[in-house]
Amino acid sequence: MTEMSGADMVVQALVDLGVDTVFGYPGGAVLPIYDALFKHPTIKHILVRHEQAATHAAEGYARSTGKPGVVLVTSGPGATNAVTGITDALLDSIPMVVLTGQVPTTLIGTDAFQECDTVGITRHCTKHNYLVMDPDRLGPILHEAFYIATHGRPGPVVIDIPKNVQVATGTYSIPNRIDHKSYRPQVDPDAAAITQAAAMIAAAERPIFYTGGGVINAGPDASAALRQLVALTGAPVTSTLMGLGAFPADDDKWLGMLGMHGTYESNMAMNRADLIIAVGARFDDRVTGRLDAFSPDSKKIHIDIDRSSINKIVPVDLAIVGDAGRALDALIAVWGDKGYKARDLGEWWRRIDGWRATRCLDFPEKKEDGAEIMPQRAVKALFDATRGRDPIITTEVGQHQMWAAQHFHFDSPNRWLTSGGLGTMGYGFPAAVGAQIAHPDRLVICVAGEASLQMNIQEMGTVSQYRLPVKIFILNNQWMGMVRQWQELTYESRYSNSYSDSLPDFVKLADAYGWTGIRIDNLGELADGIQRMIDTPGPVIVDCRVAQLANCFPMIPSGAAHTDMILQPNDITGTMDDEAKALV
Amino acid sequence: MKIHTEAGERHVLAVTVDNEAGILAKITGLFSARGYNIESLTVADISADHALSRITIVTSGPPAVIDQIIAQLDRLVPVHSVTDLADGGAHVEREIALVKVAGTGDKRIEALRMADVFRAKVVDTTLTSFIFEITGTSDKVDRFIALMRECGLVEVGRTGVVAIARGSEAL
Ligand SMILES: Cc1ncc(C[n+]2csc(CCOP(=O)(O)OP(=O)(O)O)c2C)c(N)n1
Ligand SMILES: [Mg+2]
Repeated sequence: MTEMSGADMVVQALVDLGVDTVFGYPGGAVLPIYDALFKHPTIKHILVRHEQAATHAAEGYARSTGKPGVVLVTSGPGATNAVTGITDALLDSIPMVVLTGQVPTTLIGTDAFQECDTVGITRHCTKHNYLVMDPDRLGPILHEAFYIATHGRPGPVVIDIPKNVQVATGTYSIPNRIDHKSYRPQVDPDAAAITQAAAMIAAAERPIFYTGGGVINAGPDASAALRQLVALTGAPVTSTLMGLGAFPADDDKWLGMLGMHGTYESNMAMNRADLIIAVGARFDDRVTGRLDAFSPDSKKIHIDIDRSSINKIVPVDLAIVGDAGRALDALIAVWGDKGYKARDLGEWWRRIDGWRATRCLDFPEKKEDGAEIMPQRAVKALFDATRGRDPIITTEVGQHQMWAAQHFHFDSPNRWLTSGGLGTMGYGFPAAVGAQIAHPDRLVICVAGEASLQMNIQEMGTVSQYRLPVKIFILNNQWMGMVRQWQELTYESRYSNSYSDSLPDFVKLADAYGWTGIRIDNLGELADGIQRMIDTPGPVIVDCRVAQLANCFPMIPSGAAHTDMILQPNDITGTMDDEAKALV
Repeated sequence: MKIHTEAGERHVLAVTVDNEAGILAKITGLFSARGYNIESLTVADISADHALSRITIVTSGPPAVIDQIIAQLDRLVPVHSVTDLADGGAHVEREIALVKVAGTGDKRIEALRMADVFRAKVVDTTLTSFIFEITGTSDKVDRFIALMRECGLVEVGRTGVVAIARGSEAL
């Protein structure tokens, strides 16, 4: 219990909470906190170039470490610029605490300079938010905010702090133990439900594990438990975009990602399964395709930390609310106690191997040196060249994101950082900055589209300032490829505003920021260019020119069933009825 | 293409929440953001130390939607409990309306007579008007107001439903 200024309390609380990094941008309403941070011995402040980037960098930091990301921005435009990243963190369940400055309490509600209703604006894009009116509340609220951001289903929490609350003095206190009045997420699964689930798995003839970001959020032990349970049961595994890395992609039980751009074998296996074990996944529309045709003959077990995710879209037969890791551990224990043995799933695997034989991720390409590079080839080459270096890969949003998900393979969690729920162009580069800050010695690569990259390209300055060795690998198709692909599928190739016109010369841009720029024009230059990128110690931007009109397959068109996958470009029709057009 | 919506049944939810700034916006915002119906919503502080409020929400939807509404409310940080009063068996629902009727002669007499049948109280009168206070289920209040329309209804104020489960148990 010590008397200090509100700003000092904020910093003290961050220290007490073990925060080592804050991503932020100063302004009038947070100057007291910035002053308290000035030359702080343990908290490193990373000055971004736009507040949206601060939030994505915090997400990248959080996703690659499992620790909450922390953001500090000013009132008004600082706070509104942060909203996209806050929403992104909400949809992808990323733990994040955002401190926003606010006009003094005496001016709230008067349309004061740089005033906006931050708690009002962020009420529905945060897990929780606070407006702190009394400096004595700062200690307890900061500690509670970190608890809420990291417990149960993780998410973003905003703390709005008026400037006079930062200046005023009060007593700093730490709650002994966070024992929240109302927020008590259920982490331990119901034992009877676990027993029933184990029996269902043991009896299934065509089981499949469908795992998601919840397994990653539950920590590396949850991924280890998933591997163990899969080994015990012998069942195949597929995962959502957010769940990649929880299960090793080189394991023969791995079917690849499922959903709209998932593999044929994953989607067919989901469709034909007699038991789906969903773990930390939420039956997103990108995963289910047409709902009335979604896995019609299966029983479904759903393990999720968030009860509201269960039965939201797909009714399930057995609901298990709890932490994914604890639920998987409990299943393993019951499996052992009951002496269950893996069933002979030979028939099921024969069918799966039949679907695998379509080789749905193959793509047509020319092999000579002067040939244009297929984007899939570029991702494969990147994967091959970085094998054994345990890289962290972030992506922007679009075709390149899906190609990276399909062709880059992970064998551990927290290496794959992508914007799944919100699909935010502009996420990938700042997320790479955050991941690199957290892991200064790791190879961090942002696989980018030329359009997405421009949404936060100003962060090149941040990278230069902190001498981060971030690599940006642009799959430059000179199109908003994913938009163009949909226009081909749905609007008879009327390419309305999807051409990436007036692109900068990325190599010159690299030069302007003191980076290394590399341009790759054809297949013959690909391997060398990638190697040069890896071997260059500082930041590198690679402008990899790829086939402009390549499309991402396989694909389940929106509103179609898993069994109606488009495998090849020539399956495209070019029109759709209104019902399908209305889906996103 | 037409957009269609599913019909559903009426449910009364009792929600206890921390009595903090913005909580009502949070709850109503959840309903509007997720496209749930609110037929009525009442809120008041219910604890001696003013720490808790009780919100009674009348909503409607198919069973799966009602289930979602409860789960979505329940995961909000300041929400302590959510109870579907229909689930717990019998419950009592009440609503108060203040109903102003203006008129003279037969209409005035008829209004007073019907108010008596409905056990509505006269809480204010002038030579040309009454204000009735009526308490009951929403149904009863609806019926009274419908009758008053014929007798010179000029204004209505309603509280919305409050409800509580029968028996000795608390929520
Ligand atoms: C902020 C934002 N605006 C718009 C979109 C819609 N959108 C999805 S993908 C895409 C095109 C992305 O182009 P590019 O980054 O070049 O990637 P490509 O698909 O060509 O690989 C657009 C505009 C989005 N996801 N996010
Ligand atoms: Mg592009």
